[in-house]
Amino acid sequence: MKRILILGAGTAGTMMANKLYKNLNKDLWRITIIDKDEDHYYQPGFLFIPFGIYKPEDVVKPKRKFIPEGVDFRINEAAKIMVESNLVIMQDGSMLPYDVLIIATGTTPAPEETEGLKGDLWYKDIFDFYTYEGATQLAKRLETWQGGNLVINLAETIIKCPVAPLEFTFLADAYFTEKGMRDKVNITYVTPLSGAFTKPKATALLNNLMSDKNIKVVPDFYLQRVDNDRKVLISYDEQEVPFDLLVSIPVNKGDQVVEASHMGDEDGLNFIPTDKHTLQSKNNENIFVIGDATNLPTSKAGSVAHFEAEILLENILSYINGQPLKAKFDGHANCFIETGYGKGTLIDFNYEIEPLPGKFPFAGIGPMGLLKVNRANHLGKLAFRWVYWHMLLTGKKLPVSTNMSMAGKITE
Amino acid sequence: METLTLNRTAVAVNAEGYLTDMNQWTPELAKEMAAEVNIELTPKHFEVLNWLREKQREGVQLSIRKLGNSGIVDIKTFYQLFPGGPLKISSKLAGIPKPASCV
Repeated sequence: MKRILILGAGTAGTMMANKLYKNLNKDLWRITIIDKDEDHYYQPGFLFIPFGIYKPEDVVKPKRKFIPEGVDFRINEAAKIMVESNLVIMQDGSMLPYDVLIIATGTTPAPEETEGLKGDLWYKDIFDFYTYEGATQLAKRLETWQGGNLVINLAETIIKCPVAPLEFTFLADAYFTEKGMRDKVNITYVTPLSGAFTKPKATALLNNLMSDKNIKVVPDFYLQRVDNDRKVLISYDEQEVPFDLLVSIPVNKGDQVVEASHMGDEDGLNFIPTDKHTLQSKNNENIFVIGDATNLPTSKAGSVAHFEAEILLENILSYINGQPLKAKFDGHANCFIETGYGKGTLIDFNYEIEPLPGKFPFAGIGPMGLLKVNRANHLGKLAFRWVYWHMLLTGKKLPVSTNMSMAGKITE
Repeated sequence: METLTLNRTAVAVNAEGYLTDMNQWTPELAKEMAAEVNIELTPKHFEVLNWLREKQREGVQLSIRKLGNSGIVDIKTFYQLFPGGPLKISSKLAGIPKPASCV
């Protein structure tokens, strides 16, 4: 029997296990999937926890529930990938050989990368919200916070879900308004990008939302360190931003196993050089990379992992049959953006095409407004949690095309 | 398409002033472009520009962090050499496209 080994049973790894199980000859192939954690977190839900919209228990289920019975699921942690001998050494010293390896080890916030971020004020006046613990601790802090300078800071440009910091900021504005204390809170959004977002049309909309909501944007701010005594952020060019409460999106890093195996790219963040169309590792032809673990120039997001999974299934089937890798990923991302007060907007883009206004066709549901702020997009965002648990993870077909479609988009 | 004429040499640039063909770049051109943004290029500046050009040829997605890991300058020095937006400014002076952001 040959083995496909999947490292990581998060969104991307779980989808691949399901898709491969349905499509591989089970007499010839065994699928093994490894993760260090029993729990699967619905990560898009972390955004809602600090504001009490979701309870912590709303976002967690056992991983095993989403992995087919016939797939060999093991709790273990990969320590090192031996690419020359096609095997993975585990933390407990055991070894697993593979014929095809899929790396889906994701990304995690690494606050220790920035001086002073994980210091005396960590989980007192400095929080992340991209982790279960950070989101729940922040929820407690917000309940009793009396107001002052709320600063949202992105420590790096390469982060998971680049729209979540914006959503957090909009939701914070609504949260304090509804609590009747918005006049006691200054909200500042501090980013290393040159605006609220990167692509021109989406940035224009988002910058307008920022100013409508009286949120100050500090662009081109690349965080060097946090001074805990003075409670200020300090950039590499010595700009300073004071805070009373800091919500940080720390530097994101890929898994330790990538570093231990010397497989990361020159950013030093443990993201793996990956062919942006085929999803094959650039250095090893029997290794494929999916989801947040890649260094692809698109968003690190669940929708991206979903579109990649469709492409990767096809390419792995081609690879094991000795065929050329014909399926090409186009960088497609599709993101609902919460804007507060029960409304949201929607963006849809790929490597080449920036988010454009217009209508987005959802088969069976009807068109959604692109770059428009409305109630339907908010409901779409909330509905996505059901879709995630019941359709996406188990590899069911969603009513959205894998490659980005221009249908409904307004180009001028 | 626009052109930038410096010292009798005309090179093609885009609307933001980035060269559209990195092969039209010369060290002299870089010096003249730098003077316009009040930077006097030292050998250290040129080490950065040459590194950027080399990585661009290799098809590497450029970032401030990669330069900080290159062994040429640390990030703090990079900001001192090209104040404001170091990667944007140095890329322009290196004759390569404006670095694309991923999101």
